[in-house]
Amino acid sequence: MQTGFTEDQEAFREVVARFLQDKSQPTTVRKLMETDQGYDPDVWQQLCNEVGLAGTHLPEEYGGFGFGPVELGIAAEEMGRYLYCGPFFASSVMAGYALLLAGSEEAKTRMLPEIAAGSLIATLVLDNLNSLDLVGQKVLVNNGRLNGAADLVVDAQNASQLLVIASSGDELGLFSVATDSAGIGILPVEALDPTRKLARVTFDDVEVERVGDVSSEILDQIWDYLNVALAHEMVGGAQRLLDTTIEYTKIRYQFGRPIGSFQGLKHRCADLLMELEFARAATHYAAFCLAAGDGEPYVSSMAKAMASETYMNAAKEAVQMRGGIGFTWEEDTHLWYKRAKSSEVFLGTPAVHRERMMTMMGEVA
Amino acid sequence: MTSPEEISKAVSQWLDDNWDQDLSLTEWRNILVDSSWATPHWPEAYFGRGFTTEQSAIVGRIFSERGIVPVAQTGPRRLAAETILAEGNDQQKRRYLRPILTGEESWCQLFSEPGSGSDLAGLSTKAEFIDGKWIINGQKVWNTSAHHADFGILVARTDWDVPKHQGISFFLIDMRQKGVEVRQLKQMNGHASFNEVFMTDAVVAAEDLVGKEGDGWAIAKTTLSYERRLGGVGRSFGSVQAEKLGRVHDEYAKELEVANEPYTWYPQRQGRLDLVLPRARETGAINDPSVRQEIARLFCMQKGAGLASAAAEAKRKSGSNELVPAGSIGKLAASVIARQAAKVHTMISGSDAMRSGPDSAEEGMIAEVLVSVPAISIAGGTDEIQRNIISERVLGMPKEMRADTGPFRDIKRND
Repeated sequence: MQTGFTEDQEAFREVVARFLQDKSQPTTVRKLMETDQGYDPDVWQQLCNEVGLAGTHLPEEYGGFGFGPVELGIAAEEMGRYLYCGPFFASSVMAGYALLLAGSEEAKTRMLPEIAAGSLIATLVLDNLNSLDLVGQKVLVNNGRLNGAADLVVDAQNASQLLVIASSGDELGLFSVATDSAGIGILPVEALDPTRKLARVTFDDVEVERVGDVSSEILDQIWDYLNVALAHEMVGGAQRLLDTTIEYTKIRYQFGRPIGSFQGLKHRCADLLMELEFARAATHYAAFCLAAGDGEPYVSSMAKAMASETYMNAAKEAVQMRGGIGFTWEEDTHLWYKRAKSSEVFLGTPAVHRERMMTMMGEVA
Repeated sequence: MTSPEEISKAVSQWLDDNWDQDLSLTEWRNILVDSSWATPHWPEAYFGRGFTTEQSAIVGRIFSERGIVPVAQTGPRRLAAETILAEGNDQQKRRYLRPILTGEESWCQLFSEPGSGSDLAGLSTKAEFIDGKWIINGQKVWNTSAHHADFGILVARTDWDVPKHQGISFFLIDMRQKGVEVRQLKQMNGHASFNEVFMTDAVVAAEDLVGKEGDGWAIAKTTLSYERRLGGVGRSFGSVQAEKLGRVHDEYAKELEVANEPYTWYPQRQGRLDLVLPRARETGAINDPSVRQEIARLFCMQKGAGLASAAAEAKRKSGSNELVPAGSIGKLAASVIARQAAKVHTMISGSDAMRSGPDSAEEGMIAEVLVSVPAISIAGGTDEIQRNIISERVLGMPKEMRADTGPFRDIKRND
């Protein structure tokens, strides 16, 4: 199992960072978040065709790059840092991993190359984003027909294909359906974080195709892979907030001195750095474990719990240390603050993940 | 003789010829010191062979594999030895180094004062040169081993009219004299691991000034860097394996017992994480979801700290220039982990945490955790000092404005 990044991986990070620095400045993020679709299709195509990011973690036989969760994590970390707006997490990460881990060979061969190329935008419908134990209770398949609703589906309004984890009898299955099929309703939801588009999706007797089985082990795996990618995104965002906050405290003068010279701020920044070092190390470790198929079973939940609390703490401090300006719309901090809050509760709150850790350690009766 | 094979062959041969467990501890150590195998990283002129760290490690490994009794290294004596070796003159090295290694003379460190803790350079113990001798007046505190030390390394102020770092000098003081009084200092957890040292017209001979007058701060920093490298004074010095027989082992075991005794509570100040799950299961507290949340938090901190430290070490090894304040972050981490562990132990105990002593949980160990944890965020540089280091040296934040520039005499200080 690797314990640090290789030179190639560091070089990959540089490539991703340079692209995003160019394409995802806060002015761009602001422009996109005001739109309904929330992303720039041209930049998305460049991201897929020129940098090849959409297929980072997908095997070469399905048109991907054949890298794994470590490289995906690197990409996600940089996207979190630059607050990239686009269907990457919904399509590549969520739909991509659901298909990869639960899909039939035929479905993978048909859909993954298009997802890897970015020509197909898909998303994964989870009817519960809090706990994987509750997934599939509100979307039910009977005789090939899907009924029910999912309240929060990431980028559903931008997707042309939905992958749905739904109950079928007393088991879960993975189902696929195009978004323009009869009986599907997609209603955009006003999101706390306008940089990640959400929609409510309803299914009224929709004809769906079963493309895979979702055992509880596979659902656990999907949850782990998604959470580790999300934790990377959060660590990247937290680092960005720490960096910009430190810079601000050096140039902002009050009482004749930079506010960064006050211990009241310095000590909180030191604590934040420590917390971030821990969360980042845990997150990278979780990716190393997934890549090697090794390590403690609870590392993904540990990473998500730590990254969530760190990101939110960084966001809280980033606003607070800027004082009044930090609470304005004009200042950029709230963009990351909202992503932090929204990510904190996306795919399991820290408390849910801590309980999952203890369950995996065999400590929950 | 430089290759690992040659070194290991030579040291093994010498041990075959000389190691004798029926010798007294002092007899054995005198032979060992003369052989230069005791401190091979020291220069040849002073009981060493000028070995590199790697070469010395080979010797150390063979000693420990064969269970050979080493030279004395408990308490602050090694700090004194390394400082004298680095900063002392030839006469001082010849007088003091050998009995430190043989254990015949023990040492203490006289740095901290009641009036200067985090701000060590603000010390106000006074040294005046009168009639060819240095006369010392003042008080020191947190002095490990001072109650049985023969000598002390001492920093005292010799010039009050220059900025504070410039007026300090470094001395070697004889502890066995009328002007030096040592009192044990009892801590809030009931143990007495340290001392206070009162110096009233105590005398230091002119030749026991280390370096030049006014060099004391730079020399003290040398001592402190050794202290950090050795992992602090109050660490465990190990124990003698039970099956080892012979006079030298018996005497060595006694030496270690005396040296380790003040620190039996050190594992407790770190929070005793090893007791968390067993106790949670035994008491049934594990069935309380709010307790489980806090236990999981504790494990996240512990695991995260371990992984972050390993990542920093890997970066350092790969030659990265990125600043990773592993030391200060590790120190701060130990504090938050210990505090969280104490919180979890309290939740597990409930009202039982009101009890103390041998009849309380884990034969009193949990109670000792609860009253010992506050030490971890103070000893060896407070959390606040660590946060200053991290924010200034790593995050590059501006320094706090100072109120202690100019002549020391004019600086406000504790009376």
